[in-house]
Amino acid sequence: MTRGSRVWMLFALAMGWLFLLLWPLLGIHPDGSLTFAEAFSVWWKIALAALFGFVIHRLSRAGVFDVVTRPLSRLTQGVGRVYASSPKWMFLVPLLAFALTYPFFTDRYAQDVAVNVLVYICLGLGLNVVVGLCGLLDLGYIAFYGVGAYTYALLSIHYGLSFWLSLPVCAALAAVAGCLIGYPTLRMRGDYLAIVTLGFGEIVRIVINNWMSLTNGPNGILGIAPPSIIVPAMKDGVLVMETVVMRQLSYMYYIILGLAVFTVVAVRRLNFSRIGRAWEAIREDETAAELMGVNTFRFKLLAYAMGAVFGGLAGAFFAARMRFVSPESFTFIESAMVLAMVVLGGLGSIPGVILGALALVALPEVFRQFELYRMLVFGGVMAVMMLVRPEGLWPAARMGKRSDDEG
Amino acid sequence: MGATILELRGVSAHYGRIQSLRQISLRVDEGEIVSIIGANGAGKSTTLMTVCGIVKASEGDILYQGASIRDVSPDRLPGMGLCQVPEGRRIFPRLSVSENLEMGAFFRRDADGVKKDMSLAFRLFPVLYERRTQKGGTLSGGEQQMLAIARALMSRPKMLLLDEPSLGLSPLISQHIFKIIKDINEQQGTTILLVEQNANIALSLADRGYVLETGRVVMEDKAERLRANPEIKKAYLGG
Repeated sequence: MTRGSRVWMLFALAMGWLFLLLWPLLGIHPDGSLTFAEAFSVWWKIALAALFGFVIHRLSRAGVFDVVTRPLSRLTQGVGRVYASSPKWMFLVPLLAFALTYPFFTDRYAQDVAVNVLVYICLGLGLNVVVGLCGLLDLGYIAFYGVGAYTYALLSIHYGLSFWLSLPVCAALAAVAGCLIGYPTLRMRGDYLAIVTLGFGEIVRIVINNWMSLTNGPNGILGIAPPSIIVPAMKDGVLVMETVVMRQLSYMYYIILGLAVFTVVAVRRLNFSRIGRAWEAIREDETAAELMGVNTFRFKLLAYAMGAVFGGLAGAFFAARMRFVSPESFTFIESAMVLAMVVLGGLGSIPGVILGALALVALPEVFRQFELYRMLVFGGVMAVMMLVRPEGLWPAARMGKRSDDEG
Repeated sequence: MGATILELRGVSAHYGRIQSLRQISLRVDEGEIVSIIGANGAGKSTTLMTVCGIVKASEGDILYQGASIRDVSPDRLPGMGLCQVPEGRRIFPRLSVSENLEMGAFFRRDADGVKKDMSLAFRLFPVLYERRTQKGGTLSGGEQQMLAIARALMSRPKMLLLDEPSLGLSPLISQHIFKIIKDINEQQGTTILLVEQNANIALSLADRGYVLETGRVVMEDKAERLRANPEIKKAYLGG
């Protein structure tokens, strides 16, 4: 048998196997009757699509598409070279200009999606410190988001503290929560740590859910004040200070944009500092890092606290924007979502995490008309992505530049 | 030979309920090369890990430069001039070669001195200079061993603990590595405690040697005397 015919045999075998899987799902009815028509009607559609994809794959392997793909790959290589050789601000300035003017040419819905993306960018970058840089798998990260949100909600309701003054308090309390969770658990490694963080995430949610006197339980907290700023204004010819309440979504957009930019800058500075290097060494080999003089426990705790700070800030914004918090915003699925963004985008890579957040928040919105198949496609795309690009959309570049600049 | 730099006094260690070291006592003097030889599972690597505090001693005391380091946190030892090149090299695979070297000088704050030591390391291992931007994990076994040694040298150690530097290397490359170890000892005056399965090379290099069997020191002597010992010859030197 030649190699070509064996490949086709395997393809036929796979399709047959698919039908064997499909038939019990669709062909066996509750009343005991057996039919083949339903299963077959679904199967031939999938088989046809698979055949189409397979033929394309075989043809591209045989080099039929080289006429198109060769110039295309040369083009992408050229673009990559241009990107690497031109200064970073050439890309950052237009990007920032676009972000700043975004509310002027978009509607409410688009702004809403953008605010969501930015919140998840903050969360993703915070988790990236823990998972991407320090290599600690944290499955309960959303707990810090919850701590931040509830901190601002309670401060606003009971003490009327403004959003801006609450931000540092939220960050500090989230950091404390990070240390409280980190201190007993960070002696564990790998899978054990993941399970314990999963448990802690749930504990935080359940405590919020049941502490009626403090958090109002599952009913949540209503009437959180939106942020406000004081601007100078002229009134009857006299300069007075006027308080502007930032109710509008576009104001909210600018606040979260500011938070996101702050997070990007902060995480970048951390990444390229001595601390970031120590985190990476811990991720690579904890024992070796310790033998090289890294106090692994202290640096792991710091990673946890720093990650929690960014989560807490995002949480405070979330509470201010929704003006309502309830425990169901902080479920495990949210932690999983944020983790998926970090992994899909590229562990340890800042542009990667941003792309990941964009992909996982914005793309489902784009495909909203295919509501029924959305999650199916979502799952499929994730699986394919991990097969094709296991390092993520934008893998972290090695930044071994500092000592090599001269050489 | 100078004063005693490292001394183990009746040190025992446990992994859970299994005792792996039974009252080990040994001594290394300044400027010496001392080898610990023994079969698999004799407790050679555990001895080094216990010195560094990664495995806690359950009994006995460890003295470094006259002071007990039994309760000193492992991350403070490189700053005291005691650095280990662990078994299996354990370089940071996804950090570049120069970043690996920088990690060796992690506790040091003198950027100029670190830079100088880095070029010194590159002179000692020219192949590392060629590969300085490559990820550590892409190096060959021998190069990784050189990187691990160079990384430890970046801490300017007074004493180097080497755990099986020849592990998984061809005889030719091992010989090259051992020659470098000898050079480090002679030129920089670094004291070396060497753990090796390859007893022949280890004893030809060392001033003195210890033989470990199931967590006990069963013999200690000058290296050439150990090499001449018929029992050692039979058990470790292949006849």
